Amino acid sequence: MKKHLTLLATVALLASPAVAQDLTVTSFGGAYGAAQKEHMIDPFVAETGVNILFEDYGGGVAEMKAQVEAGNIQWDVVDIEVIDLERACAEGYLEVLDQSVLPDGDDGTAAADDFIPDALANECGVGNIVWSVVFAVNTENGPGPESIADFFDTEAFPGKRGLRKRPQVNMEWALIADGVAPEDVYATLSTDEGQARAFAKLDTIKDDIVWYDSWSQAPVLLNDGGAQMVQSANGRIFAAIKDDGAPFSIVWDSHVYDLDVWAIMKGSPNLETAMEFVKSATRTVPLSGMQDVAYGPTRKSAQALLPESVKQDLPTAHLDEGLKADGIFWADYGESLGEKFNEWLLQ
Amino acid sequence: MTAATPNLDRADARNAAREARKRKLQAFLFVVPLLVFIIFAFVAPITTMLYRSIHNPTVANLVPETLAALAEWSGDDMPDDAVLIQFAADMKRMANDRTSGKLADEINRALPGMSSVVKSTARALRRVDDAEIASNGATLLKDANDRWADPATWRALKAAGKPYTDSYYLTSVDLERDADRSIVQRDTQIYVKLYTKTLRMALIITLLTVLLGYPLAFYMAHASDKMANFLMVFVLLPFWTSLLVRTTAWIALLQTNGVVNSTLMALGIADEPLEMLYTQFSTVIAMTHILLPFMVLPLYSVMRGIDQSYMRAALSMGSKPLGAWYKIYLPMSLPGLSAGALLVFIISVGYYITPALVGGTDGQMISNIIAFHMQTSNNWELAAALGSLLLVIILLLYWLFDRFVGASNIKLG
Amino acid sequence: MKRFPEYFTFWHIAGHYGLRVFAFLVLLFLMLPILVIMPLSFNAEPFFTFTEGMLALDAEAYSIRWYQEILDDQKWLLAIRNSFVVGFAAATIATVLGTVAAVGLSSPWMPYKRIITALLLSPMIVPLIIIAAGMFFFYTQFNLVGTYGGLIIAHAALGVPFVIITVTATLSGFDRSLFVAGLSLGASPVKVFWDVVIPLIRPGVISGGLFAFVTSFDEVVLVLFLAAPNNAPFRARCFPGCANRSIQPSLRLRPCLSCSRRRCCSHWKRCADVPQR
Repeated sequence: MKKHLTLLATVALLASPAVAQDLTVTSFGGAYGAAQKEHMIDPFVAETGVNILFEDYGGGVAEMKAQVEAGNIQWDVVDIEVIDLERACAEGYLEVLDQSVLPDGDDGTAAADDFIPDALANECGVGNIVWSVVFAVNTENGPGPESIADFFDTEAFPGKRGLRKRPQVNMEWALIADGVAPEDVYATLSTDEGQARAFAKLDTIKDDIVWYDSWSQAPVLLNDGGAQMVQSANGRIFAAIKDDGAPFSIVWDSHVYDLDVWAIMKGSPNLETAMEFVKSATRTVPLSGMQDVAYGPTRKSAQALLPESVKQDLPTAHLDEGLKADGIFWADYGESLGEKFNEWLLQ
Repeated sequence: MTAATPNLDRADARNAAREARKRKLQAFLFVVPLLVFIIFAFVAPITTMLYRSIHNPTVANLVPETLAALAEWSGDDMPDDAVLIQFAADMKRMANDRTSGKLADEINRALPGMSSVVKSTARALRRVDDAEIASNGATLLKDANDRWADPATWRALKAAGKPYTDSYYLTSVDLERDADRSIVQRDTQIYVKLYTKTLRMALIITLLTVLLGYPLAFYMAHASDKMANFLMVFVLLPFWTSLLVRTTAWIALLQTNGVVNSTLMALGIADEPLEMLYTQFSTVIAMTHILLPFMVLPLYSVMRGIDQSYMRAALSMGSKPLGAWYKIYLPMSLPGLSAGALLVFIISVGYYITPALVGGTDGQMISNIIAFHMQTSNNWELAAALGSLLLVIILLLYWLFDRFVGASNIKLG
Repeated sequence: MKRFPEYFTFWHIAGHYGLRVFAFLVLLFLMLPILVIMPLSFNAEPFFTFTEGMLALDAEAYSIRWYQEILDDQKWLLAIRNSFVVGFAAATIATVLGTVAAVGLSSPWMPYKRIITALLLSPMIVPLIIIAAGMFFFYTQFNLVGTYGGLIIAHAALGVPFVIITVTATLSGFDRSLFVAGLSLGASPVKVFWDVVIPLIRPGVISGGLFAFVTSFDEVVLVLFLAAPNNAPFRARCFPGCANRSIQPSLRLRPCLSCSRRRCCSHWKRCADVPQR
């Protein structure tokens, strides 16, 4: 009967293979993704012949959670911020990695000594870059704000502010702008009053905020006039200035610095290939390539390869002005603050 | 049976009945394959979703022993130390299985703020050895966080442990249960406002499509055939263009440096760019555009069938055009109008893509929040409850539509 | 000058022309987005606005680079292929099952006609987001999420109402006595269906099938929930939020359009995706 035929046809269609994808690697796209493609993905593909689908995502753990809880793992390797890593690891969305198999640095230093300590601090990840959340201004119309307090001062500095739509970093900035000392920020945020205080400070600029979802949008917003100042990963702005000659300047005041790591999705069907990729991508030379977008490498041997001229643009040159993102805090409070943040947005 | 029925003998009646049954069965058999398919592919998924909105066994599966121990507990003061020790052991197990995060999420929904308590406690207990927990678990737990010394925490755990709950429906209408299990308003009122906003926006969109679509359909219906066909191309072209293309086009039109703003500034109407994109305004405009053909097509097909001589007669006898239209034409075009209006309204109530792309924070509709809970906050049960409420609204409208207009009036142009 | 009946006053005539002007303005509103987006797809700049060069009709300001990019990118080609595979399979299932069912539904002896019709048409009425959520939960249990099979089944369900509507409409003009005649001559119902009914209702079946295909081809929401990266059809790649699947994918879009004979289909890529060197 005809239904039978259709069934057969359908089965035949289903059996037809998609283009073979041996590995799906997910990262943040934009200039950063381009640098990763050049220094990490392409060399690995050339060496091993493994076919890689290089996908973008906007960060956060929601998608990993959905994949693991639905038992439908679509990603293999994922680039994740440490701010999300603690939580993703503690909640079982990532594989625990054997860090002892990582190759030595090119100068012969053992991996355990070559990586900076934070890079291997979590058992689910291998450090990739040191980067920072800064804000940047478009200097086309003269000088702009210079501190995080200015960022929250809509009278002195009118105009739209681009912020990434999540509580992370925004809550920290709100408290610092409200006068909380950087070292007390996370202790304050642990209390209901502290959270209310942060939301109250954010309320003062709520009407002037343009929310975006993915780091790659930040330079675009700044460029096309959608915002006068934007929160951004430092490398995006650096790349826009260096490669496109954009009239942007980076404000390092109260930047929140963090690591990105490579991690592997729990239950990845390509665990071995995924681990090979992580090992390959975190060797000395690929890591040093991240200087293209002003992200500091997580191996000492790779830092040694950087020219002096680049170092001043790296977050590591500005650590005294900054705040270290607290992955443990966000592991504990990410979910509840995320829901509060969303309700606040909708009010 | 009345006397008018011709006399039939029993065998004839039986035969006729058997024949009727056979034909019914035959007709039904044709429908069976599709019915089975739709039930599997469509009805069952939606039913599962409805079920999920009241059934959530996560906590019951995670800490069954603790819940069993809590079953005896009255709920007034602290549970026995045995319960706390059992729970401390469960926490250690979950910390090592990496399932404590799930428990944290669930308890946090019953008692906000608990997420961090559960997670930090799990981390504190992860490396403690079993013997220590067995002897000293209650103290360890209270030391890890003093909220474990609060009976309210344990009431929340017990409440979260019930596999069946109405709490998601309560949340979706901005209610919750307080410590005494009585229903009160939530601190943050969002969802009712969102439903109202969604319905209001759908209504505005429907009115706009009527305002724009009715005169257009009227003009087309009474133009020459050639003209009507020519104009129809311009209605159908956008209709057949991808939804995403049209939505994106509105971004190009409405953005800060977009076509509309540039034109307004070039004409000197505006001094600086108006903020139109990522607002309710842009959602309403783009959706009106996208749904306008759904109004024009049924209106047109009804208006084409209206005999014009009635209007002409009224006009020739001195009736004012508007009066004649109101008294004569409008009633005759009403089937098309109601079909179009309900179609547009139903579709716009459940719209997702366009508000997501052009709506900003302000122009979000209920569908977008459902998607948010599906994909970002991973609160699937709440998403299911919100979706079920939306479904009830839509089905009610569809029922009204079917009752007063008839579902078979849906025309595809 | 057009001649009006003599009982027309000034207001009648003003109304007549007013209506005409208004109708053309509405048509302009309908066409405006399409008129705007087509030239933008040839923008040489990676921004989604008209550049000065474009307005000055400077040939330099126009380019086919975005079309080129799609044709050069394996991701996009895979997505296009997926669109056709899924669309074709889903339309086939919907058309076959829908046509057979429509024959049953238009029989005067069909029991529970009203409720069954309502049930079969419901995929058109229920909001996509609800369908997507339900299917995501349900298909997960059968490991259908992230597979071609899941997407095809989902899209076939969406296409069914269109097939039912068009085929039932064609069947309403169909003389049932032909069916009965076939049966009385001893043919099986299947044979009658195949040899008599199908040739007569072919136009309705074809247009229903086309509707089902287009529905699948243009569908994004289910895809966002049910597809995996390597079987995502074209539309999902076009949806800028697919990268982060959040509620406000306010990315700047860059479209390019290719107008085929019947309908326009368009292709996006996010600006920020382009390697910046």
